[in-house]
Amino acid sequence: MDAIILQILNGLDKGSAYALIALGLTLIFGTLGVVNFAHGALFMIGAFVAVTLQRILSLSYEQIDPEKTDFLGNPLKVQVPYVDSWFGADVGAWLIDWSVPIAIVMAIPVMLLVGFIMERGLIKHFYKRPHADQILVTFGLAIVLQELVKYFFGANPIQTGAPDAFAGSMDFGSLLGFPPNSIMYPYWRLVYFLFAAIVIGGVFAFLQFTTFGMVVRAGMADRETVGLLGINIDKRFTLMFGLAAAVAGVAGVMYTPILAPNYHMGMDFLVLSFVVVVVGGMGSLPGAVAAGFLLGILQSFASMNEIKSLIPGIDQVIIYLVAIIILLTRPRGLMGRAGVMEE
Amino acid sequence: MKMLGLSKKDTTFLLIVIALTLLTPILLQPFPASSTLAQFNAGYPDLMQRFAIFGIFAIGFNILFGLTGYLSFGHAAFLGVGSYSVVWMYKLLGYNVVPGLILAIIVSALFALLIGFVSLRRSGIYFSILTLAFAQMCYNLAYSVLTPLTNGETGLQVYTNDAQVLMGENSPTSPHFFGIVMNESATWNVGGWQFVFNNGYYFTAIIAILVFYLSLRIFRSPFGLMLRAIKTNQTRLNYTGINTRPYTLAAFVISGMYAGLAGGLMASMDPLAGAERMQWTASGEVVLMVILGGAGTLMGPILGAGFIKYFENIFSKINDQVLHGWFAFLPDGLENFLIGVSHFFVGKSWHLTLGLLFMLVVIFLPGGLVEGGQRIANAFRKRKSGGDDAETEAQPSAAE
Amino acid sequence: MSKSNFTRRGLLKTGAVTGAGLALPTIFTSGAAAFTNEPTGDTVTFGFNVPQTGPYADEGLDELRAQELAIEHLNGMGDGGMLNTFSSKVLDGTGVLGKKAAFVTGDTQTKSDAARASAKSMIEKDGVVMINGGSSSGVAVAVQGLCQEAGIIFMAGLTHSNDTTGKDRKANGFRHFFNAYMSGAALAPVLKNAYGTDRRAYHLTADYTWGWTQQESIQSATEALGWETVNNVMTPVGAGDFSSYITPVLNSGADVLILNHYGGDMINSLTQAVQFGLRDAEANGKNFEIVVPLYSELMAAGAGENIKGVYGSMNWNWQLQDEGTQAFVKSFGEKYGRPPSNSAHTCYVQTLLYADAVTRAGSFAPCAVAEALEGFEFDGLGNGPTLYRAEDHQCFKDVLVMKGAENPTTEYDTLEIVEQTPVDQVMYEPNHPMFGGDEASLGSCNDGA
Repeated sequence: MDAIILQILNGLDKGSAYALIALGLTLIFGTLGVVNFAHGALFMIGAFVAVTLQRILSLSYEQIDPEKTDFLGNPLKVQVPYVDSWFGADVGAWLIDWSVPIAIVMAIPVMLLVGFIMERGLIKHFYKRPHADQILVTFGLAIVLQELVKYFFGANPIQTGAPDAFAGSMDFGSLLGFPPNSIMYPYWRLVYFLFAAIVIGGVFAFLQFTTFGMVVRAGMADRETVGLLGINIDKRFTLMFGLAAAVAGVAGVMYTPILAPNYHMGMDFLVLSFVVVVVGGMGSLPGAVAAGFLLGILQSFASMNEIKSLIPGIDQVIIYLVAIIILLTRPRGLMGRAGVMEE
Repeated sequence: MKMLGLSKKDTTFLLIVIALTLLTPILLQPFPASSTLAQFNAGYPDLMQRFAIFGIFAIGFNILFGLTGYLSFGHAAFLGVGSYSVVWMYKLLGYNVVPGLILAIIVSALFALLIGFVSLRRSGIYFSILTLAFAQMCYNLAYSVLTPLTNGETGLQVYTNDAQVLMGENSPTSPHFFGIVMNESATWNVGGWQFVFNNGYYFTAIIAILVFYLSLRIFRSPFGLMLRAIKTNQTRLNYTGINTRPYTLAAFVISGMYAGLAGGLMASMDPLAGAERMQWTASGEVVLMVILGGAGTLMGPILGAGFIKYFENIFSKINDQVLHGWFAFLPDGLENFLIGVSHFFVGKSWHLTLGLLFMLVVIFLPGGLVEGGQRIANAFRKRKSGGDDAETEAQPSAAE
Repeated sequence: MSKSNFTRRGLLKTGAVTGAGLALPTIFTSGAAAFTNEPTGDTVTFGFNVPQTGPYADEGLDELRAQELAIEHLNGMGDGGMLNTFSSKVLDGTGVLGKKAAFVTGDTQTKSDAARASAKSMIEKDGVVMINGGSSSGVAVAVQGLCQEAGIIFMAGLTHSNDTTGKDRKANGFRHFFNAYMSGAALAPVLKNAYGTDRRAYHLTADYTWGWTQQESIQSATEALGWETVNNVMTPVGAGDFSSYITPVLNSGADVLILNHYGGDMINSLTQAVQFGLRDAEANGKNFEIVVPLYSELMAAGAGENIKGVYGSMNWNWQLQDEGTQAFVKSFGEKYGRPPSNSAHTCYVQTLLYADAVTRAGSFAPCAVAEALEGFEFDGLGNGPTLYRAEDHQCFKDVLVMKGAENPTTEYDTLEIVEQTPVDQVMYEPNHPMFGGDEASLGSCNDGA
């Protein structure tokens, strides 16, 4: 039983990342009708915003420590972060320790800006173009973005830890009445799940309860009519693109302590998030979220030894298997509307 | 001049393609071997073979995507099973490539029939995701669980203790076609140039010409017309009482067989089959080749295939040392600056150049390189005939 | 660049007919040379095939640095590095056999197919006589097979699978790097001292050939100590999130977790195992421990603090104190401002060993070079006295057992040397069952065309 609860937690955690990426992807598709292969790259850029902030905070000057030597036998140059000398060692260390949560503050404007530039500079010109063109141009963009990141940050994963306050695990089992220490779960992963829930809730509330959201939803349902009503839908859609980018970006920031960021993490998530979107139903926001969690949990279950020993290799193919079954039995995905993208 | 059931225009076209293909070893070697530009020569056997093989792959993909508009993201799976078939035939029978190639086409046709039958129940992006899912499953399993069959990460290869029942005393010990050994070449040195005529290249090139001819006939046939009709408006066809599924399935299987043949030829040139050739990025590569060259056109896929393979093999090899060689005549500061700039684009950053290229082509040449060629041709024609351009407008995008 | 002797010969031959305009096709040659890419000009070209794109690009970059350095030293530039400490003294900084050493580079992308394509282009286009480098066993086996067919020498870079010099050994291929069996044999005594003989191990293994051979090796080495193997779970390569494989570990009755992962997989699985509290946990009344059998500097850098106190093994480390190591570290460090990694070291050494064998053989012909390398005993290249065994072309030398340092002073000493396991402890028979048994054979060496 505790093993199953653990796997559900694992699944919710994986699902949080899938859902956050898929949410933006389906938002862009639903509003702009664009298939964005660069969405994974936005997730990756988000993660590297956290890396960059950590680097900025750790910017150091060199101080020679005569008592130690470096690998060539010369006196060791010790790196002292500027923040240490400006704010004192305590505050400086605290800032560096908390760089990941702080990075969210930085990631939101950065990602909004990246989103605006992408939409105004490139995607805008592809609204009327075939999906194949959209795929190709955004795929090209994704390659360019990831290669630029590789150029500046290298190919090796970069450890970007969570604040020390979140190190260690919480005794989750005792909340549910299990004996102590039977279900331990890392704090940061629980934080990630809560964070995802808040972001998803926020996006839904924004679309549901604001006039802006209402117009966007109307635009998703019938773009032409909304346009005929004299509403400038384009401007709102640009903002939606920025929003989708920001959601992917903060998802990336918060994921860094779980997965050390590297330049190709966007591509790794891209295929998966497309599967999630299609399983959920193209253009359906609740579908994307539901499918994200569903696939995350199924993937976790498939990784259990008991199941792997029954069907070897099932953990490698479960996502695709589920996608095939759902698409064949429920063509529009879990919650999609009929006819979307069937042309 | 008409032949083989082709119109005059198509015959000329075919003859040009044949001539270009046969002269490739000379055309791709434009720089003398000792010049600094020899770096850009592409007339060595491995790359020429790849041009032909990926040309076949792309031609086949174009029959599905270019004509029916169905965008498959899983064709690499057929490439992989084709390769595995050929290597298994090496292991069991011997190094003659013929049994393997036949098996490759049969097995990939069966795979395509199965995957196509299921995937074609959906269209649009749902079809793409279905094919992607099948191919990724093939790849993941081939890499891990199916290792006894595929030799996993290392790649399937021939061992000395394999059966090879048809191997005689004097049979060649590498892939051959009834005694014509694939990796043997004749070299022609002339005036500083060096041209390599490789058996394997000509073997793939002749097959490429044959399958190109086949695709030409398919494009011009009633079947091809039906496929185009499906692309234009499938719903209307369905209303008129035509069941389109058998046509799309036929196109899918044919293109799958092309892919299987290409995969088989890869293993015929180089007797090793790696699982990576089934990965989704490999499927994506053929999509890019076709769109880059010009989907739905005859020459486009071949051009696209050539372009991408050229980048992968030539640009990735330009390292610092080479750059220093080129810019050595410049003052130091300028030299270092230029090398610094070049770092972004060549050598280990060749992916970046490729990505930029995709974007530029899609943005400015929606019809791919073929459209670019047409525009240039039109510009010349206009200048000659003084604005008589009523019918020379560039073809609109054939993609989707 | 890429002025291979091949094309240069073409130039010389045709020099006579230049000016005749369209020369007649008088010279149709098909393998006129004694062996593939026989160098006839005043340079000889080596092919350095390393990952330049993909997840191992940084490791490839470091290999390339070392290879460039080796070329410099062979040509008499720089301080000569390990040439000064190498026990064989035939290399004198005047190139190789009087020819200047040159090189071309290629990108393996850490994929067998791409690696073979770039190796083929080096052989066919650039006329290389030897290929060196690489960062994975799949690539090493694939390229080794290609070099065997083409008739040139392959000097493997970083490849740790038993198969490379086991069931996939080839007469034209040579490996200096150690292997999974040696990791197991070297780690076992250290693990016994640190954790005792009554332990229960849980393996997480990357689901491909390297992972399997390593798991097999470590399992047999630890079971020989009396350890019990609770479970061995295969994980998909590049899984990213390993949480669903890690959570069952704590309640499985195991008290040691062995991570048979490399590169990014290892960074993520180790980091996540630490996050899930495995390092702080207790099981069976003992502290729970984690072991990473194969370490690399980049993995250590990527895993950061999480490697503290975790045991693993390496082929070589810059912190060794012998004079060969010191000469190399000085030379590399002064040029690139950082100490070399163990993959860089193996590529550097392999390049020198090849050049040395050519010089001793007096020929670039692969069979002559192979003969010179077979059974060659040398010293002064950082690993102590070393034997290139003739039966399987594997180097036998001391193996380093490493531990994540508790208090690293710089970003480069995050690992510390625990023990230098003597070569005798890691020896095995050439027909060992993990190395293909009696069926494994080098075949015969191939000089090519």
